[in-house]
Amino acid sequence: MNINTTKIISLLFFIFSAFYLYTAYQIQVFTFDENAPFNARTFPIYLGYAGLFFSGLKLILPDPNTIKVDHKNLEYKKTGILILIAIIYGATILKVGYFLTTSLFLFASYYFLGERRWILMFLLSFPFVAAFMYLLHGILDIYLRDPFLQSIGVMG
Amino acid sequence: MIEGILIGLTTALTFQNILMVMVGCFFGTIIGMLPGLGPMTAIALMIPITYGFDPATGLILMAGVYYGAVFGGSTSSILLNAPGVPGTVATSFDGYPMAQQGKAGKALAIAAWSSFAGGTLSAIYLLFMAPSLSKVSLSFRSPDYFALMILGLTAIAAFSSKGQFLKAMMMVVLGLMLASVGQDSLSDITRFTFNNMNLTDGISFVLVVMATFAMSEALTIILKRNDPTSAAKQVSLTELGSIKINKEERTKMYKTIPRSSVIGFLIGVLPGAGATIASFLAYGMERNVVSDEEKEKFGKGSVNGLSAPETANNAACSGSFVPMLTLGIPGSGTTAVMLGALLGFGVQPGPRLYMTNPEIFWSIIMSMYIGMVILLILNLPLIPYIARILAVPKNYLIPLILFFSVTGIYVMSFNNFDIYLMIGIAVVATFLRLYDFPMPPLILAFVLGGLMEENLRRSLLLSNGSWEFLWDRTLTACILAITILIVIWHIYKTFTKKN
Repeated sequence: MNINTTKIISLLFFIFSAFYLYTAYQIQVFTFDENAPFNARTFPIYLGYAGLFFSGLKLILPDPNTIKVDHKNLEYKKTGILILIAIIYGATILKVGYFLTTSLFLFASYYFLGERRWILMFLLSFPFVAAFMYLLHGILDIYLRDPFLQSIGVMG
Repeated sequence: MIEGILIGLTTALTFQNILMVMVGCFFGTIIGMLPGLGPMTAIALMIPITYGFDPATGLILMAGVYYGAVFGGSTSSILLNAPGVPGTVATSFDGYPMAQQGKAGKALAIAAWSSFAGGTLSAIYLLFMAPSLSKVSLSFRSPDYFALMILGLTAIAAFSSKGQFLKAMMMVVLGLMLASVGQDSLSDITRFTFNNMNLTDGISFVLVVMATFAMSEALTIILKRNDPTSAAKQVSLTELGSIKINKEERTKMYKTIPRSSVIGFLIGVLPGAGATIASFLAYGMERNVVSDEEKEKFGKGSVNGLSAPETANNAACSGSFVPMLTLGIPGSGTTAVMLGALLGFGVQPGPRLYMTNPEIFWSIIMSMYIGMVILLILNLPLIPYIARILAVPKNYLIPLILFFSVTGIYVMSFNNFDIYLMIGIAVVATFLRLYDFPMPPLILAFVLGGLMEENLRRSLLLSNGSWEFLWDRTLTACILAITILIVIWHIYKTFTKKN
């Protein structure tokens, strides 16, 4: 059996399914439901076994169409930065507010992806988010929490 | 019936109702285009507005939003590979590759015409078959539904190309596992939440779809900087292409549209099924009936592969009105929201709706024709402008996709946990994509998960835990036989290809 990344993913999925199955068996059901033909843990248990079955098959059967990925050509740095920016965005959106965090998220994303046309970057972040926010909050009446805009008196 | 049609026509053709269809279609198209904001959000937002209208006008407006959002959803599927509407996930399989080849305009035109034809044909079916179809859908029982879900999931084999059947099945199981997170629908027992309150209500569909399609697509584009397809992506970003459909493509559509509209309509009529299953089944069926040469094009920009789900999802939209109006059972999540509105108007849906409120039933059917014409008039001339989204450079497009994804999730829950969860799922999905693990089976399984468990629960409880329900009813047995045939056919094909 050749060890390739697909097999490793299948192995990880096998372990994940085993964990899922273990957790499924731990689901607490009502006493009167314990021996019922179907309770809250029945379907997850079937799913756990199905996961073990399919990932097990993928592990043991030969894989004629091995996918080879050239890791040297993958842009891990930019992707990582983009994910990091998104995480920071998620962490600050509630405290700072939608407008500022979203605008900064867009501006930073353009910058790290290599964009240097500052005016365009600005137009497609701050005014763009303001217009979008007006559409959601002003026209569609979808409430958007924004402590920053509230603190400067733009939002009520 | 003639009298009902005339009443419906008179109501639908009033200036106010035509205006409502137009407003609904326009508003729906824009909302549907924004990934994360699908017809459910759009219709839910409409409910307070419609309380000022009479029931027929209110429902006509919401129906217009529905068609518009489905069409708008297919637009974002084609241009951004970011289906905000579950029913247009299958549209992205061939629509997005076509856009990447610089035929975005053509893909949108095919989608527009297919939607128009699917919607119009199904409105005709609805007109003639509504009374008898409600009887057919009434005859479906839980075992039949469960078998239908199994069939739907097996049909994902149609999406996975050579050597990917097991990968697709793993993704199916993963999708079902994700769907099992949260409160059990019957006992309210929480499962797989690990004492995290944010998971009590389960994982939202939009979150999973945004993570596995929009966000992971954006990350994949960045990650594969030297990937050969990135050149094609760059070309597609600058070349919009013509919206003209040539004779050969039209011929293909003439064959695809009638059969897909029938599938779409019939699936749409089934309570709980709706546009998503319809589009996936139509795509799967189309792939199985076309020639081997055409089959090879599926997933790479096939006209049939784009036309089939687009026809079916619009046909299903019309079909889903049948159980909602006649039985009070919604055919989809969107019609469930509309059902709530109907009850808010004081209209009790049921078999007697024809007699008690004929103007509501028939005016909605009549407004479907008008809505389809308006959608076509509205969208075809606008296609070149809509397609301009592709002209946005990658450095801007990627952050904008991320922005729409995150906003879509944030607006739904106002919770940063969902944003983290989406990022986590997107990272895993990006990694899985690198190794050709298909995402559509995961999405379909996620959509069907809850419904599947409910029907299995009912079937097992009714049969006292015995699995005999699988062959007790002829209909269930027939659906399962088709499922087994599909599996056998795939195994046979795999072996014959190897040999």
